[in-house]
Amino acid sequence: MAFKLDSKVPAGELAQKWSNHKAAIKVVSPANKRKLDIIIVGTGLGGASAAASLGEMGYNVKVFCIQDSPRRAHSIAAQGGINAAKNYQNDNDSVYRLFYDTIKGGDYRAREANVYRLAEVSNLIIDQCVAQGVPFAREYGGLLANRSFGGAQVSRTFYARGQTGQQLLLGAYAALNKEIAAGSVKSYPRHEMLDIVIDKKTGEAKGIIARNLVTGELERHGAHAVVIATGGYGNVFFLSTNAMGSNGSAAFQCYRKGAGFANPCFTQIHPTCIPVHGTQQSKLTLMSESLRNDGRIWVPKKLEDVEAIRKGTKKPSDIAEEDRDYYLERRYPAFGNLVPRDVASRAAKERCDAGFGVNETGLAVFLDFKTAIERLGKETIKQRYGNLFDMYEEITDVNPYEQPMQIFPAVHYTMGGIWVDYNLMTTIPGLYAIGEANFSDHGANRLGASALMQGLADGYFVLPYTIGDYLSKKIQAPKINTSDAEFDEAEKAIAEKIEKLFAIKGNRSADDIHKELGHIMWENVGMARTKESLERAISEIQALRKAFWSDLKLVGTKDSFNVELEKALRLVDYLELGELMARDALNRAESCGGHFRSEHQTEEGEALRHDEEFAYAAVWEYKGMDQAPELTKEPLDYEFTHRAQRNYKD
Amino acid sequence: MNFTLKIWRQKDAKSQGAFETYKVENISADTSFLEMLDILNNDLVHAGKEPVAFDHDCREGICGMCSLHINGHAHGPSQAVTTCQMYMRKFKDGSTITIEPWRSAAFPVIKDLVVNRGAYDEILQAGGFVSVRTNSVPDGNAIPIPKEDADESMDAAACVGCGACAATCKNGSAMLFVAARVSSLAKLPQGRVEGARRAKAMVAKMDELGFGNCTNTGACQAECPKQISIAHIARLNREFLWAKLKD
Repeated sequence: MAFKLDSKVPAGELAQKWSNHKAAIKVVSPANKRKLDIIIVGTGLGGASAAASLGEMGYNVKVFCIQDSPRRAHSIAAQGGINAAKNYQNDNDSVYRLFYDTIKGGDYRAREANVYRLAEVSNLIIDQCVAQGVPFAREYGGLLANRSFGGAQVSRTFYARGQTGQQLLLGAYAALNKEIAAGSVKSYPRHEMLDIVIDKKTGEAKGIIARNLVTGELERHGAHAVVIATGGYGNVFFLSTNAMGSNGSAAFQCYRKGAGFANPCFTQIHPTCIPVHGTQQSKLTLMSESLRNDGRIWVPKKLEDVEAIRKGTKKPSDIAEEDRDYYLERRYPAFGNLVPRDVASRAAKERCDAGFGVNETGLAVFLDFKTAIERLGKETIKQRYGNLFDMYEEITDVNPYEQPMQIFPAVHYTMGGIWVDYNLMTTIPGLYAIGEANFSDHGANRLGASALMQGLADGYFVLPYTIGDYLSKKIQAPKINTSDAEFDEAEKAIAEKIEKLFAIKGNRSADDIHKELGHIMWENVGMARTKESLERAISEIQALRKAFWSDLKLVGTKDSFNVELEKALRLVDYLELGELMARDALNRAESCGGHFRSEHQTEEGEALRHDEEFAYAAVWEYKGMDQAPELTKEPLDYEFTHRAQRNYKD
Repeated sequence: MNFTLKIWRQKDAKSQGAFETYKVENISADTSFLEMLDILNNDLVHAGKEPVAFDHDCREGICGMCSLHINGHAHGPSQAVTTCQMYMRKFKDGSTITIEPWRSAAFPVIKDLVVNRGAYDEILQAGGFVSVRTNSVPDGNAIPIPKEDADESMDAAACVGCGACAATCKNGSAMLFVAARVSSLAKLPQGRVEGARRAKAMVAKMDELGFGNCTNTGACQAECPKQISIAHIARLNREFLWAKLKD
């Protein structure tokens, strides 16, 4: 049975939709809010800001995270900044321009109304964070400073050194702490959601099963609404810039229980990461996109120079200016080094595939600050990027003030996620998804400094209102009874799954199998995809899944702190999610944003969309582990923008 | 490179712990310290043994999750980095490396190298925030803030809450952690309003949770991966005294 998707986008002019919608949706009175329980899973920017705001409004909130403190969620790692349409730089920025850049950056695969709302509330975010005491960078006059980011020709990015995500999260975490102290929010750190519980009669979400990661105990928690704020699933690739614990399992359980999963193949490969150094690596490190403000990306023009650099007979600084190919500036004169991430990543791959990669693996390009240091002086560069340069030197043992950095693209963010309507509700009533966990705002490619914006927009300014429309129907509802049959069944199913994992007693560790999955994904469902590679990925993942269920080696016990069990449980989901991504990529026989099907490119090698066939969000419905999922399409109507071939050249 | 590792193993909070010795071989100099432990753990799993539990997450030095005492130093011998940012080239080939959990009464061991730092959350819940409601705030540029103040606030706000300061202090004091938050907010007009209440509440909570007193040894500053200065402790003391005087 296919989904009946209703995006609930309000009618009317684009700029009026959100105001009209807020006026039309119901609110819950203070006396009734006290009677309503909300569960929020995840404490990144989305989860923490939603929990703080909803607690403050008077709801009873429970918030869960897998880390030892809500402050450690992976939003903290965002370095560069957060976008807002303040126009403080007087460069003719506006809500419309931010909206347009985001829609264009996403290659016309996002929902117009959601993106406009995101741009509209972006300004409130900056005000909110300043009031919380977030120490944004300032100019000498005491006003907020901005910098530029990829995919935009205005300077609209607010930042706090190279630690913007950390500072914004500390702001949201402080707001959360205020509510924890007030008793409106209860925090459950070191807890992992293992299932969502659905009411059989009404089909509504009514709670979760969580595992206490310290004791191993399975706990039942009931609520009138559940919010998934657990981030993205980039770690399906094993190597990514995501935190080690980031995983797709909470979202995947929702999919298993009937929530639609939209555009799973839309993965962002970030152009500026430190290249892979060997086979024993567990994690890739991102170098902030802000470096592209002053850094110039190049490879040598001559293959003999490439050879000499690889052999170590020449240093990059020995290559004369006229022998360097600043390929982004060459190909995209209007945006230069500040093209969107997908474009920059593919351009690096193109040069490396042509044999110009500058390290032994042939998978690296230079990011050079020579020109910027000559123009601005070392001190200014140090002030702007000092901590990033130090980090680079710590990791690679190369001083980037003297020799250019080596960078290569790596998996960074997933634009796909749980399908949500304009209210951020999934196809399961009472189940919401916010931040990176949902699919709605970034289309096929996210612009830099927009992830933080979306997390906080959803959590502070959108969900707290839209959830009231649903909860207003629940004011007579009693407390959720966690001893009923649905909770019994959900807990029993998890207990059995865990027993089954321990019973395999095979020879391969979860990491061994996960690495193999990551390899299949990167080679076949990575930066360039073809029909053949995707079909190959599907069959290889299916085979690997069989191998997992017959050859996993799991040590320790279920009723204790057991990281191996956590990894195995997450891998169960990755082994299905990887296949879903490949199936979605196979279905989408076009190129758009981060999804590049080699068969579909322009003569100049740019992504070639097929709007007549694919101007839709692909929403997948789970049919069972070894069954093909069912596709439902949400048409993406572009009422207010003209869909054009993206052009960053002029 | 080859190393001998002496690692603290402890089944759970209630059990006695002890050091166990392991060998790791053929480790590349470019391997990070935690990747070296990943390699050891994968070997242990293959041998049917329980891997060493340790906290980590972002591996980019910002989440504050990693927390190892290495050769007697919080976050190891390097300055100004967290454990996850340390690379094996910093260690001598063939050497023995001792790895322990944070040693602080306020951070009880959960398992092996994993400790419970919930006390830091509790301190911040006592007052480490500005009491503003969502959506009822002025424009971000309504109050100009001198750049030096914003910069100093940011210096203090760089604290990742890892716990190295309390784990290093011979008195088990959390003063640097508390000072970082108090000082960061005290330097901004938005934080000034509740300054007195905040300083008193956070210090009282720190004392209640069993952290020790500060005797200005400066060990916390030396081991802090974010190089938070003890000048912030001086500011905390001023804030606290001023608040008490006003009572």
